[in-house]
Amino acid sequence: MLDIFVRSIFIDNMIFAYFLGMCSYLAVSKNVKTAFGLGVAVCFVLAITLPINYLIDKYLLQAGALQWLSSQLADIDLSFLSLIVFIAVIAAIVQLLEMVIERFSSKLYYALGIFLPLIAVNCAILGGSLFMQEKNFPTVGHSLVYALGSGIGWLLAIVAFAAIRERIRYSNIPKPLQGNGIAYITTGLMGLGFMAFLGI
Amino acid sequence: MKYLGPLNKENPILVQTLGVCSALAVTAQLKPAVVMMLSVTVVCACANFIISLIRNTIPPRIRIIVQLLIAAALVILVDQVLQAFFYDISKMLSVFVGLIITNCILMGRLEAFALSHPPIPSFFDGIFNGLGYGLVLVVVAVFRELLGSGSLWNYPVIPESVYQAGYMNNGLMILPPMALIMIGGLIWIQKSKS
Repeated sequence: MLDIFVRSIFIDNMIFAYFLGMCSYLAVSKNVKTAFGLGVAVCFVLAITLPINYLIDKYLLQAGALQWLSSQLADIDLSFLSLIVFIAVIAAIVQLLEMVIERFSSKLYYALGIFLPLIAVNCAILGGSLFMQEKNFPTVGHSLVYALGSGIGWLLAIVAFAAIRERIRYSNIPKPLQGNGIAYITTGLMGLGFMAFLGI
Repeated sequence: MKYLGPLNKENPILVQTLGVCSALAVTAQLKPAVVMMLSVTVVCACANFIISLIRNTIPPRIRIIVQLLIAAALVILVDQVLQAFFYDISKMLSVFVGLIITNCILMGRLEAFALSHPPIPSFFDGIFNGLGYGLVLVVVAVFRELLGSGSLWNYPVIPESVYQAGYMNNGLMILPPMALIMIGGLIWIQKSKS
């Protein structure tokens, strides 16, 4: 478990190793505070949707998963539906979360509120579900740990990047490279740094 | 002519920073990059066409979910075709075919173009946005495969004699971060030209 946790934060980091969630990563990293808000929201949604998708995958979609219903259904394989089911679950949960948070904690709602709709189409969330399906975890616990690890890895990356970006604003960069150009190159260099964790 | 914008001046990756997520991970070799370009172009064009056909009947409040579901259905089709006819490439692309659903180019074009234009222009808009995205993918993939493994489309292009003279493949180009640095460089070139 600890192995999965550390691995998903540092080595299989969502951003530096797989480039998942790059769009919002580049768009919402202009200052540290909003970056942190988005990072926490991503963590939160990952930790909720991954275990749910894990259960759906294990008990409804995989080859032979319907066996618990009746033995006649044992040879049904619904795994081709997983994409559409995962994205529907994610969209529905994000919508639901938004309503629940609005109802119970207006403070949290104002902190996370604007980021929640963005998250439904964040590749990091769907990517997390798909990687989880590929990794074939034995229990729900493993998928929860994996979700938390990936979320924290994403959070770390976006906060670090936002902090660097705040500094970059004051430096002297060639004009055509300003903005997105330097943002990509910085992310690339940070990624090279993260590669050093491969030895863990 | 008005559809050609996405190839250069309105390039989805270089200028609008859309769809970067899946773009970078598949560019270590040329072959998966080309397959990815074709898949995204097909999905983008068809999704644009379908959404544009039903644009007047979608209630605005749930349009995101409708768009996601249509995109997901098309991506499943593409995924099944890839698995049936190009199994090794589909293994190589792994989850990134599925991630076309959340590709921001797709969602962005559906929101910005298909919802307010008739089907035929939407279809072409989808095609050219897919191609603009693919163009960047192919350029990055050519450089990464050539410098990183000395081959193109899996055929070795750098002659053996060059290796014997002491040339080595640059293993750094295969690593994921180099894709980011290359795109940064492309943006630099593209912006300083315009």
